Amino acid sequence: MVAEAQRSKLPWPRTRRARRALTGYFFISPFILGFFLFFVGPALVAAWLTMFDWNMIRPPFFIGLGNFKKMFADDLFYQSLKVTAYFSLVSVPVGLVLSFFLALLMNFKTRSIAVFRTIYYLPSIVPAVANAVLWSFVLNTEFGLLNALLDSIGLPKIAWLQEPEWAMPAIILMSLWALGATMVIYLAGLQGIPRSLYEAAEIDGAGRWASLINVTIPLMSPVIFFNLIIGIIGSFQIFTAGFLITGGGPQHATLFYVLYIYRNGLQYFDMGYASLLAWVLFFLIFALTLLVFKYVGRYVYYEDVGS
Amino acid sequence: MSASTRTSATQLLDNERFWRIFVWTVLLVGALVMFLPFLWLLSSSLKTELAIFRYPPEWIPDPPQFSNYVDAWTTRPFAVYVRNTLVILLLNEVAVLVSASFCAYGFARIDFPGRNVWFAILLATVMLPGIVTMIPQFVIFSRIGWVNTILPLTVPFFFGGGAFNIFLLRQFFRTLPAELADAAYIDGASEITIYWRIMLPLAKPALATIAIFTFIGTWNDFMGPLLYLAKDPNKFTVALGLAMFRTAFAGRTRWDLLMAASTMMIIPVIFVFFVAQRYFIQGIAISGLKG
Repeated sequence: MVAEAQRSKLPWPRTRRARRALTGYFFISPFILGFFLFFVGPALVAAWLTMFDWNMIRPPFFIGLGNFKKMFADDLFYQSLKVTAYFSLVSVPVGLVLSFFLALLMNFKTRSIAVFRTIYYLPSIVPAVANAVLWSFVLNTEFGLLNALLDSIGLPKIAWLQEPEWAMPAIILMSLWALGATMVIYLAGLQGIPRSLYEAAEIDGAGRWASLINVTIPLMSPVIFFNLIIGIIGSFQIFTAGFLITGGGPQHATLFYVLYIYRNGLQYFDMGYASLLAWVLFFLIFALTLLVFKYVGRYVYYEDVGS
Repeated sequence: MSASTRTSATQLLDNERFWRIFVWTVLLVGALVMFLPFLWLLSSSLKTELAIFRYPPEWIPDPPQFSNYVDAWTTRPFAVYVRNTLVILLLNEVAVLVSASFCAYGFARIDFPGRNVWFAILLATVMLPGIVTMIPQFVIFSRIGWVNTILPLTVPFFFGGGAFNIFLLRQFFRTLPAELADAAYIDGASEITIYWRIMLPLAKPALATIAIFTFIGTWNDFMGPLLYLAKDPNKFTVALGLAMFRTAFAGRTRWDLLMAASTMMIIPVIFVFFVAQRYFIQGIAISGLKG
């Protein structure tokens, strides 16, 4: 009886519109819950932790801006930023250009496309750990594949993983092996460009170069932009290569930012400082994405803007 | 670059004969470069420990040491690692397929106030680096006693199954004609019935795409198991087991066994790729372009 009375008081929606809204939120409720539980919640916890010195054993000790001061005086923080920026600045543009170039060539060879696409794509699905194990052997100074190849064309062997100035190029090379993932996205985009546009360009006397500049690149600019954003965000999150192959060395030459977060959090258990570093990464990626949207996004050509 | 060299360069590009040779050469050399590490991996995995350290390296191991695979498999309990990974995988597949399609249906087929705001948030979380919440999540999960269990690696997937997957399925649901559900509406079917009985069966190709990406993601994941399962060797996944296998032999690196173990970890991924290639391509097309 009581339950009955209570239920009738519940604001059960009477209009169709309100019922529809309730149904909608019912369907997306797992996402909303997950968003608060696993993203907003942890992010707030991290924001709160930035003001504490806490090793997960002793009770948290309030230090206010202490972690900020520590960060600005921390050489390794700057080093990890520098290392990550270096990786990002080289691997993203080189990867974008190379994969675009390959996709272009492949798009002309429509009959053998499937075979090439497969070969170029496979490295990108190799598990990160297997990849790291394989490449630490490929990059081995004495018996590695890369030095064997260099040696066979008369170049000197390089101590890829021991020399501070060579460790990063080695990891960039390794990351470029996986450019097939970007390439297939370009390829899908290229195949969506109507043939009639190329035929029209040809009638206007445009050769391959002119069609590339005037037809392909403008029409592909949304895809290039998409890959640029994804590439930047991905490059800032590189971890496994540094963790497994170089351990951040030699001389911190591959101390990637996420690796440094991991060390502070899970090796030194400096949770307040690690949380601060995580928030800084978040703001950096956020700011960078905004900047790219603002300054690069304007060059993106959207076909159906007028319609 | 002067005008004349520029014209001659573009003229060269338009020369059919030159162009064909150029394209073939670049693609073939590129394919060889891409494939070489795989060959190296396979070749090294079949070498004896001695042959590994021979220089210059031989491409064809003589005689092929197939026992490397047996040794790698048994030196560490890789069968246990595979089983552990499969348990996580199975849970994640169920979680992702049900949860993501459920949310996607709401985003795609029901019009309600606030939908666009939540969809914008969804898109933003696709972009957001998951790494950022790594530390606080670890803190929370260790507070509630979830470290050393598979819960942190599975439970979150039941809450939406990943923003990217919702997005992908939403794009797919929107391509289905609205009339499909009309007859069911007239019969008085609820949205849940329509979602489960009509839309979900039609979404099989998109679900297959997501199932494959989930397989690859779970099989390849290293950070998750490293954070939550690294303390107990009985709970290792394949990825974690392989990472720990690197240092299994005090003082020396057994490249032969490591290469065999890596090959074994890569084979299922490549197998799935070949079996399900068209779903891969489909997923890439939906995700990258129709956004």
